[in-house]
Amino acid sequence: MAIKDYLRERFFPHLWCSGCGHGIVLNSLLRALADLGMSKNEIVMVSGIGCSSRISGYVDFHTLHTIHGRALAFATGVKLSRPELNLLVPMGDGDALAIGGNHFIHAARRNIDLTAIVMNNRIYGMTGGQYSPLSGQGIMATTAPYSNIDYDFDTVELAKAAGATFVARSTTYHTQQMTKMFRQAILHEGFAMVEILSQCPTYFGRKNRAGSAIDMMESYKENTTPIGSKSKMENPDLIERGIFVQKEVPEYCNEYDKIIEKAMKGR
Amino acid sequence: MNENIKFVQGNEACVEGALFAGLDFFAGYPITPSTEIAELLSIRLPQRGGKFIQMEDEIASMCAIIGASLTGSKVMTATSGPGFSLMQEALGYAIMAEIPCVIVNVQRGGPSTGIPTRVSQGDVNQARWGTHGDHAIVAITASNHQDVFETTVEAFNISETYRTPVILLYDEVIGHMRERLIVPKEGEVPSVKRLKTSVREGVDYHPYLPREDGRLPMSDFGGVHRYNVTGLFHDMWGFPSDNPKVVHDLLRHLVDKIHNNVNQITKYKSYYLDDAECILISYGSAARSALHVVDYLRPRGEKIGLLELQTLWPFPHSLISEKCRKAKYVIVVEMNMGQILKEVRIAVEEPEKIFLANRIDGVFITPMDIRNIMRLIQGKGV
Ligand SMILES: Cc1ncc(C[n+]2csc(CCOP(=O)(O)OP(=O)(O)O)c2C)c(N)n1
Ligand code: SF4
Repeated sequence: MAIKDYLRERFFPHLWCSGCGHGIVLNSLLRALADLGMSKNEIVMVSGIGCSSRISGYVDFHTLHTIHGRALAFATGVKLSRPELNLLVPMGDGDALAIGGNHFIHAARRNIDLTAIVMNNRIYGMTGGQYSPLSGQGIMATTAPYSNIDYDFDTVELAKAAGATFVARSTTYHTQQMTKMFRQAILHEGFAMVEILSQCPTYFGRKNRAGSAIDMMESYKENTTPIGSKSKMENPDLIERGIFVQKEVPEYCNEYDKIIEKAMKGR
Repeated sequence: MNENIKFVQGNEACVEGALFAGLDFFAGYPITPSTEIAELLSIRLPQRGGKFIQMEDEIASMCAIIGASLTGSKVMTATSGPGFSLMQEALGYAIMAEIPCVIVNVQRGGPSTGIPTRVSQGDVNQARWGTHGDHAIVAITASNHQDVFETTVEAFNISETYRTPVILLYDEVIGHMRERLIVPKEGEVPSVKRLKTSVREGVDYHPYLPREDGRLPMSDFGGVHRYNVTGLFHDMWGFPSDNPKVVHDLLRHLVDKIHNNVNQITKYKSYYLDDAECILISYGSAARSALHVVDYLRPRGEKIGLLELQTLWPFPHSLISEKCRKAKYVIVVEMNMGQILKEVRIAVEEPEKIFLANRIDGVFITPMDIRNIMRLIQGKGV
């Protein structure tokens, strides 16, 4: 299917600023779905609230635009009642890891089969540039006017610790890698988490003198490196890209089917 | 022995009612005094191919049932005060997106952690206005286990008919007390099936375009029609809109679909109201004591009656006004600081004849408590 056919043209123009990384994520995601030959009817997209979450309006799938931070909880209800559906759950970093952090770790722990996408721009875009739990120390934000003192955490490490069975990271600069990761994440049976570093030139960029959208994307090229590369050993500050975890573990809905079997037999 | 006769807790009567109504999916988080509902459903639901999940909190529970309902399942969650507080934002989402679901709140004393193992009816107004913004809500209650069963079935029926969340507002005494329940046979109590669209695959389906009778046929999410669901104001396709007419019309629709049907939705019971000079108005477990008072005083020549409310929201103002017209005085019996009392005062022509008999100390209100308060009101001293 052509990528264009996955879009809901009725819904355009989109609300993203020019240069926003979220559109690049959408592009790569649709390419992955096209590569896999998926039909629109088999895909459910559940999103929360934020610039990133608006992605669900633009695609011609079954789309559920929910409330801030809770997309994974809604998705759990959809998936458990209709396990045959493919769930994509795009979230912002605030959405997924501040207000939604609890749902994030528990969805990962259950290993319920869905693809969680964290579009990490290290800022709250929708509300106008406040710091997020992914901003990190020294970052300027509208609520950190003297610079941020909050430590950030590593989304990949968190997902791993919580039990996610597929964990990967890429950036909007590395679109081919991103597309490939999405393909693998979607095919993975279990909880898959893909973190994409995605630029917000409007707030993160301006507040932190990070330059234009292109400058920010180039910094993704410079500041990241493939997992286990030689440059990582030379420069530990580099952020690793690639697939960190990919393992087979019994999936939640399948396990629940076994419970049903047991219960029907009277234990 | 008839195997349909059971001796159960109210929470179990609720479970029986939900299963009778066709419950497919339950998500919840343990909290006293509602926990038995989750425990029982974790056994019963998978026995019939249904799904039970214990979520990480009540917010997630409420969100999960909304997601499951959209796909065509009949859904429920159960909680108590603190958990009900956490559910409010997602409850508003279900109102806005018009998603059928049933929320049981077995009330305990609040605010905050309050008094977990004791009775209260303090969440009546929270059920009405707990979530933000103008909206309508349906909340129903019961005073005995047969009625718990029937109101639970009714909650599912209303939620499907009007595409709305329905709150079952039970209380700790009802939830934990044991008494007889006769589980009806299939078909003995009507059960409303989901109204599904007749729009065929490939034809544009409008999830938010009401039929002539005001009802909105659904299409199982993830099925043959693709559409958008959002908590933003939206048009008939479910696409966000800030067009003032769209916003105005949707809000009116959400409120009118409930308030224009107060008469169809309202359920109540009346005892000796025809000639009653003193009317007790009560609901939930408090109504048991109120009925006891009426049954005691009637044979002693007192013209006293009871109006037991089962539907609390939308509040049946005209019913109250009509029933109380001839009464000399009306006493609202409830275990809070007068939450239904205020509504009754609004409903009647002479608010000064409305009095309150209540307890707010976690102790169940007894017939003697009510009679003592009646003597004070009648100027007889205790
Ligand atoms: C309960 C609640 N709290 C706060 C908000 C306001 N709010 C909307 S989006 C958002 C954060 C958005 O940031 P992020 O999730 O990182 O996504 P981005 O917009 O950067 O893509 C906040 C705080 C809300 N909608 N709901
Ligand atoms: S504010 Fe930032 S995140 Fe939001 S659309 Fe603009 S660039 Fe993207």
